[in-house]
Amino acid sequence: MQTHQAKRVEIIIEAPMERRLTDILEVAGVRGYTVTPVHGGSGRSGRWSREGQVSAAGGMVAILCIIRPERLDHLLEAAFAVLERHMGVVVVSDCEVLRAERF
Amino acid sequence: MDGFLALAGSNLLSPVVLSFALGLGAALLRSDLSVPEAMAKAMSLYLLFAIGFKGGVAVTAHGVELQLLQAVIAGIMLSLLLPLLAWALLRVMSRLPAVDAAAVAGHYGSISIVTFVAASSLLTARGMSAEGFMVAVAAAMEAPAILTALWLAARGARGARGARGTVRSDARLWREIMLNGSIVLLLGAFFIGLITGEQGMAEVEGFLLVPFKGVLCLFLLDMGLVAGRGLRNSRGLLNLPLLAFGVLMPLLASVCGLAAGLLIGLSPGGVVLMMVLAASASYIAVPAAMRVALPEANPAIYLSLSLGVTFPFNLVLGIPLYIAAASRLAAG
Repeated sequence: MQTHQAKRVEIIIEAPMERRLTDILEVAGVRGYTVTPVHGGSGRSGRWSREGQVSAAGGMVAILCIIRPERLDHLLEAAFAVLERHMGVVVVSDCEVLRAERF
Repeated sequence: MDGFLALAGSNLLSPVVLSFALGLGAALLRSDLSVPEAMAKAMSLYLLFAIGFKGGVAVTAHGVELQLLQAVIAGIMLSLLLPLLAWALLRVMSRLPAVDAAAVAGHYGSISIVTFVAASSLLTARGMSAEGFMVAVAAAMEAPAILTALWLAARGARGARGARGTVRSDARLWREIMLNGSIVLLLGAFFIGLITGEQGMAEVEGFLLVPFKGVLCLFLLDMGLVAGRGLRNSRGLLNLPLLAFGVLMPLLASVCGLAAGLLIGLSPGGVVLMMVLAASASYIAVPAAMRVALPEANPAIYLSLSLGVTFPFNLVLGIPLYIAAASRLAAG
């Protein structure tokens, strides 16, 4: 079956910043994304768990989107404006999709 | 003094405080006990709705009075000014960086609604009534402290060489703060209680009054678990000066609350609640605002201080102390 090259961008960010980031992604032309809660983890600030938070403010979310390779730089620049000062991780990897017109 | 000790002793052995202690102990001992996130959220909604509704109904019983406006203004002033006291204390007592000190200061100007609920419950158990509008004062005190904290942070960033980052404060942040779910629910329920009055209460009291204390116990069990996990994970972050701040600040702030309550002429119960609001520290509305506006501030410091130190202090010793002080001074 014919597949097409694409970029998979996964961003883990603090929950209070979720809407700001997804708004920027939409402005940057991302046609779709998926937001999932993060159960817990460990980083420079030590270990944390969703269970140990008194409100959603202390939690993190993962935002996943697939885009065409030529749109990657524009997306990263837009996202960086939001992410620059915040905790989180941005991972870009190569992937293949079946229906290129959807991205 | 005897009155305070007796009150503190009976408070210590109340189901509410013992539930908190159970959660705290379980978390510190690394038990796998946990309250499902959705259930904790549901209990929080229930408690906010119940306390807001009861406040509204109480206001209908006494009528809307000038004192309501005075109390709200006093609450806003306390919320705006207490962060300055917290900031000064932190700068003297600790070597906390300016941005962290500003974030912590914001938490101590804002309020803990759970401490307010626990204090209201203890007042009811002791047969002391308070002005119903204190719920509106609680809602009014949530946000102004954030303004002072951001001003302190901006000032610190300008003044300190090598200060990290700048303050992000825009209309969107303020909309999020003012329409924070807990503020909307508390005020909304207050107005529902105000509109429907005693008749409305008669329709829902089976749900809002009878199970209230049981739900509060379960919620405080969860708060104990959260506080215990926070303390465990923040080991090494809170040194002695910071721990001392977490106890000293609520005591000093409660004196400001006492002065404000006496000045307005609140009832002894109302003065207690004003003291509790001044003495408590936020761990819901302010942390969310700080994550957006001051991301460089370390959340482990301000959350551990407000939730792991000041909240248990107020719950176990602070509230009985405030009741003893207000009973003595406001009654006379």
